[in-house]
Amino acid sequence: MSTTAVAHHDEHAAHPTGIMRWLTTTNHKDIGTMYLTFSLIMFLVGGCMILGIRAELFQPGLQLMKPDFFNQLIGVHALIMIFAALMPAATGFANWMIPLQIGAPDMALPRLNNWGFWLLPPSAILLTLPFTLALFGIGDGALATGWTFYPPLSIQGGIGVDFAIFAVHLLGISSVLGSINIIVTLFNMRAPGMTLMKMPMFAWGWLITAFLLIATIPVLAGAVTMLLTDRHFGTHFFDAAGGGDPILFQHLFWFFGHPEVYILLLPVWGFIPQILQTFSRKPMYGYKAQVYSFWAIGALSVVVWAHHFFTAGMPVPALLYFMYSTMAISLPLAVLFFCWIKTMWRGSMSFETPMLFTVGWIILFGIGGLTGLVLADVAADAQYHNSYFVVAHFHYTLFAGGIMGIMAGVYYWLPKMTGHMYNEKLGKLHFWLTAISFNLTFIPQFFLGLAGMPRRIPDYALQFAEFNMISSIAAFVLGLSQLIFVYNIISTIKGGKKASDQVWEGAEGLEWTLSSPPPYHSFSEQPIVK
Amino acid sequence: MLKQAIRNLSLSLFFLLTSPRVFAQYSWNFPEPVTPMALDTLHVHNKFMLIVAAIFIVVLAIMIYSLIKHRKSVGHQAVADKAPSTAVEIFWTLIPFAILLLIDFVIMGIPAYHSVVMMEDTRNESDMVLKVTGSQWRWQYEYMGNTEKGNQNGLEDAKGIKFVSNLSTPQEQMDGTITPVNDPERPYLLDVDNRLVLPVGAKVRILMTSTDVLHNWWVPQFGSSRLAVPGFIRETWVQVDKAGTYRGQCKELCGKGHGYMPVVVDALPKEEYKAWVVAQKEAISEASAGADKEWTKEDLIAQGKIVYEKNCAVCHQVSGAGLPPAFPAITGSKISNSPIFGEDGKYLPDSHLDRVLNGIRVMPAWKAVLNDTEIAAVITYERNALGNSVGDVVQPAQVKAARQ
Repeated sequence: MSTTAVAHHDEHAAHPTGIMRWLTTTNHKDIGTMYLTFSLIMFLVGGCMILGIRAELFQPGLQLMKPDFFNQLIGVHALIMIFAALMPAATGFANWMIPLQIGAPDMALPRLNNWGFWLLPPSAILLTLPFTLALFGIGDGALATGWTFYPPLSIQGGIGVDFAIFAVHLLGISSVLGSINIIVTLFNMRAPGMTLMKMPMFAWGWLITAFLLIATIPVLAGAVTMLLTDRHFGTHFFDAAGGGDPILFQHLFWFFGHPEVYILLLPVWGFIPQILQTFSRKPMYGYKAQVYSFWAIGALSVVVWAHHFFTAGMPVPALLYFMYSTMAISLPLAVLFFCWIKTMWRGSMSFETPMLFTVGWIILFGIGGLTGLVLADVAADAQYHNSYFVVAHFHYTLFAGGIMGIMAGVYYWLPKMTGHMYNEKLGKLHFWLTAISFNLTFIPQFFLGLAGMPRRIPDYALQFAEFNMISSIAAFVLGLSQLIFVYNIISTIKGGKKASDQVWEGAEGLEWTLSSPPPYHSFSEQPIVK
Repeated sequence: MLKQAIRNLSLSLFFLLTSPRVFAQYSWNFPEPVTPMALDTLHVHNKFMLIVAAIFIVVLAIMIYSLIKHRKSVGHQAVADKAPSTAVEIFWTLIPFAILLLIDFVIMGIPAYHSVVMMEDTRNESDMVLKVTGSQWRWQYEYMGNTEKGNQNGLEDAKGIKFVSNLSTPQEQMDGTITPVNDPERPYLLDVDNRLVLPVGAKVRILMTSTDVLHNWWVPQFGSSRLAVPGFIRETWVQVDKAGTYRGQCKELCGKGHGYMPVVVDALPKEEYKAWVVAQKEAISEASAGADKEWTKEDLIAQGKIVYEKNCAVCHQVSGAGLPPAFPAITGSKISNSPIFGEDGKYLPDSHLDRVLNGIRVMPAWKAVLNDTEIAAVITYERNALGNSVGDVVQPAQVKAARQ
């Protein structure tokens, strides 16, 4: 951190050094860095878990683990990837970039910000601790119900379920705190002249995300609390014997769970057009249309939840309503795709790593979206539901649409954050290895699902052997290629070619007017936006 | 262990690569549909896949054209987008919206509506009713009898037939001791001891429930799948139009045995179905006669070993050692070594018989699944084998009395 250059600013804010700096920091850049680092570590942890799964599924028969351990790995993999990798990555970008993009000196609520982050490591420990405890003979391991906690299985489960419930509580509090902070920041701290409809797209994506989080996380927290009281305090919310209903949990869970998909994706949809306009060297197309689409998607996302359990049995009108409302999401989403492609159209494109990831992202996320449209069909869903078809579908939306988008953002902003250019050759290698091995991992899973392989099974019939083997091999290539990513990030932080202030030839926006890296305290005087 | 795993992996990789004929069973689409529902689903799926593939290719083509033509390295200069006039803008917004609305709600939406109505119409025109109960980790089938229409159609009434269907793949194939055997007659993980038998061409209304957690009864070739919810009845239906054997699996995560509760259905022509029903009913009357006679200890133990290994060994293990702490050992346990009956001849609370009949927490209530003889046999086996030697005998008649 170039403290000498900005010593003048820092006199009034001398901060402790070493570990205390990170524990006590209220600086948005420090907190953003911690979020991103945490996210990267947990991405690797969750990745190792799924590689364990893919190794077991490499061939028929059980070779490496017992079914119970297999069930623990799949559920914790999902919780870690969603709550501890994707969401913190988006929050990390929000912390770093929202103040820079709107010309604010920091987030509005810096201490809350610090607390929001420091709730994450304990919850990651809560999630994974039962694995370790089981090694010492305490309990029978982590949550083994899949990430969805469906009762009655989760009521039967061991202490892993309780640990996961508390982890979700902490993660939820952290998300709500972060969301409040972002909303307050965006409403109060924009530079003079920056109206809401002039706000950078990334800020818009996060604004909708923050509202969705505040609307839905409490429902999840309520649902898992009901689960906790069912488990230990004799309530019967989800037990038919006491007048409850197990399906009630699914309604509550997916009332959170479906908006969660958009919570993960909206921040990415925010910065993707920014990357596109930078590397197409022309302003993004249809700013207003994109903002309105965000609104529409945000609103629709909270009214379509039951399409996650069509096979649970519902009255026909309910089935029809959830089918048609789900299909309606394709309308605003199509507007977004149109605007993204129109932004590239007749531009002057160059293909540095962030642009490669963005283009790959559009194509692969497109596959995720289109297969989602088909899944909305109730009758066909009876076949797709809980099969590997669904597994492939949501990895196209969440790995390609989520994580590959985050990677585009990392390459895009890393020079700004560190002041160094990353290694372009390694970046491109990382992209091609990721894109190819990702497809080889998940395309076979579409066919597995169609052929009738259910998800979450530790062993499978012989007709599924070939595709599983291809998928497993590709998954290991995918996993190993991420080491290039990690290496590239670390070496960029340590040194490398100096990045200019603008970094990219076509970059526009307030964050690119600052030095690279930006001073520890930026925009002490607010810029004026015309 | 890791070493062995690596050896296993490399060996099987070798076999897979060198003998493609053995394993070449993969497919690219849904399996052959045999019910009206599955046929409809296949058509819907194929049609939708074509539509989304067309959308994908058109959009991708436009994008690729742009990626090739509009790049800096070929000297293309960025052309700023001009704001269109309002009329033009409205036109260009409405056209794609209209196309999408047409695709979503007409081309896809209308067939989808008819499929849903067909899928949910479980009662009209049904010939018979079948109750399917999911339990960890087996299916139980109970024939509830014919409807009026079934009787008019001359369908043999199977009312009263009731049995449990367990996975029958040998343990040593599943735990990796030996390579899974590729036997088309008894496919790995997809074979059971007692198959569900259904008459060809009859519309079967299926009532679905569960005794413990959520399960999902799914045969891909039938195109229907429905959650089995404990404490509730859910409905679906099948009408198998082609004789044959059809296999599927539970597809709702239901614990450690989730991958091990297959569904196997034999669809038989009406005459063969009738013969099967008659044979089953005879077997039932024989079994109820068996419950009234006095059994020898040896017969009970021999019968009990079969029942134990089929139903109990998945948790309590073949050796009786269990998987503590979730699944306690039978060997040396308090319950299997303390008396069952009190002085008044009634069974004691928390006795061996109480536990097997009524269950506790994850232990199922077996009275719903096993008959009197099976319960008597398995208890006698557990007390006189698996390292226990209590020496007493439980007679089927005592179980029968205990049920009241």
